[in-house]
Amino acid sequence: MSCAAPSAAPTSELLAADQKKQNYYQSELETMARDELEALQLKRLKATVANCYENIPFYRKAFDGLGLTPNDVNSLDDLRSLPFTTKQDMRDAYPFGLFAVDVHDRVQRLHASSGTTGNATVCGYTQNDLNNWGDCFARCIAQAGGGPESILQISYGYGLFTGGLGAHEGAIRMGSTILPMSSGNTKRQIQMMSDFGVDILACTPSYALLIADTALEMGLNPATDFKVSGAILGAEPCSENMRKEIENKLGVKVIDIYGLSEVMGPGVSCECSYQDGLHVAEDHFIIEIIDPQTLEPVAEGEWGELVFTTLTKECSPLIRYRTRDISRIIPGVCSCGRTLRRMDRISGRTDDMLIIRGVNVFPSQIQQVISSFDEVTSYYQIILTRRGALDHVTLQVETVPDFDFDEIRKIEDLAHRINSELKSNLQVAVDVKIVEPKSIERSEGKAKRVVDLR
Amino acid sequence: MIDQITVFLENDRGRLAAMCRALGDANISMRALTIADTADYGVARIIADEPTRACEALVDAGYRAKITKVCAVSIPDRAGGLAELFEAFDEAGVNVEYAYCFSAHAGEAVDILRVDDNERVFAIVDEAGFKLLAPEDVYNA
Repeated sequence: MSCAAPSAAPTSELLAADQKKQNYYQSELETMARDELEALQLKRLKATVANCYENIPFYRKAFDGLGLTPNDVNSLDDLRSLPFTTKQDMRDAYPFGLFAVDVHDRVQRLHASSGTTGNATVCGYTQNDLNNWGDCFARCIAQAGGGPESILQISYGYGLFTGGLGAHEGAIRMGSTILPMSSGNTKRQIQMMSDFGVDILACTPSYALLIADTALEMGLNPATDFKVSGAILGAEPCSENMRKEIENKLGVKVIDIYGLSEVMGPGVSCECSYQDGLHVAEDHFIIEIIDPQTLEPVAEGEWGELVFTTLTKECSPLIRYRTRDISRIIPGVCSCGRTLRRMDRISGRTDDMLIIRGVNVFPSQIQQVISSFDEVTSYYQIILTRRGALDHVTLQVETVPDFDFDEIRKIEDLAHRINSELKSNLQVAVDVKIVEPKSIERSEGKAKRVVDLR
Repeated sequence: MIDQITVFLENDRGRLAAMCRALGDANISMRALTIADTADYGVARIIADEPTRACEALVDAGYRAKITKVCAVSIPDRAGGLAELFEAFDEAGVNVEYAYCFSAHAGEAVDILRVDDNERVFAIVDEAGFKLLAPEDVYNA
């Protein structure tokens, strides 16, 4: 062997090494120069607007009403003159009114939201739509450290909900090995995770925590004994402390993923290994942040309602869909090298917002306060009742097993400290009740954190 | 030191009965039970013949139960007996968190005490002229 300094590696090898390190799946798209990306967005926006105008009467009527035609879209800024689409518009179009493709024609699959508060919202996917969705989710698998060699345990529910099958599409595109568990049967999930040597877990954060806690109760230590190294968690909010708890208990890196069935499903945006904001798949979606009252764009970096325009969807394209999710665009570029801009984690929903004695409160704010107390677990429930004319808030929390509850004053002191912390953070008095372990319902899907009995 | 089982219980109908049933099913015999209650919950403190097994049985049945170290002191059953003991703790600067009577017969009372300094209990009790009981004296009383 020569002791001479190694000659510089060819650029392509360096790039390949860098790609591996940064976990790119489609490096040319993920790191595309901004001007090229914006040119691609404009080209795709024009095609989307034309598709909507030609094939969806709802959009033709909306454009006609504003005196617009597809020819009026000549720059990305022109998007701001286009009409919004709301969830109600989608409900009113039930079932296939917003499809640009005949449901009997090239539509491969249908997904629908739960519809608990009205008609379900239905979306169709052509094979191209499914491939694009799969590519978006495959990026998330890569960002969680996975690849074609990985075993992916999908513990999102399979079915009309986009979680399970969205992750499934992603794993197909990536070429990963799929363990299609769906949710439920937690002990069996843990058994297989251990026996099969699962690398990546995909589910909701609350289910990941339940899996971790159940494994610990079974006398297993997933952090040291399981191979699993990454978790792609989404479909509900996850505070930074809850993320740390899951990371420590499972021994994984948690990657936050965002998506909604109306826009596509999981994979609209996703964190990279830096865990500092979610990179939006801007080659497939245009992100806007607006003030939900004035509907005007907010200043760069400000919080507001997330609005998406799809760029590649064939069957269910959407122009300026109002998500009701609150986020912001994180200014600056990410150290990972991706040029795709980052949105912040969802801080709440415009329609989840609780109005308690006239004060706006997001459940995520309450979660944040709770997770700053080591003495209580991440499980909680907010119960809203009315006492006379006044709103009354009860917060149920459970203590961790090693909390010393032998002396009443320690329990009272804990409840009192949580209460004052909530009071100073939310300006609302909350009656903190410490309840017996496991009396707060465990969830295998989205956790029910708020019970409104008013 | 004596092992006491402490159980966190919600103020709900039948919770106490269910807890006692769980102990009965595990063939645990209780020697003493006292409950500190608030509007929302109670804390049950139990002395039993097999504290470790009793605690495990409760945890397995889904209760939040833990072992707490307490001391059992034998005191002559006369007026002012307990006052002398507490004065001794007070002089030594040791706080009594809570106390309850375990038994009283044949001129002798046994009290269970939880103090904030277990290290010094023996010396204080001994110096005050009282007797600290061994676990077997209490578990099999």
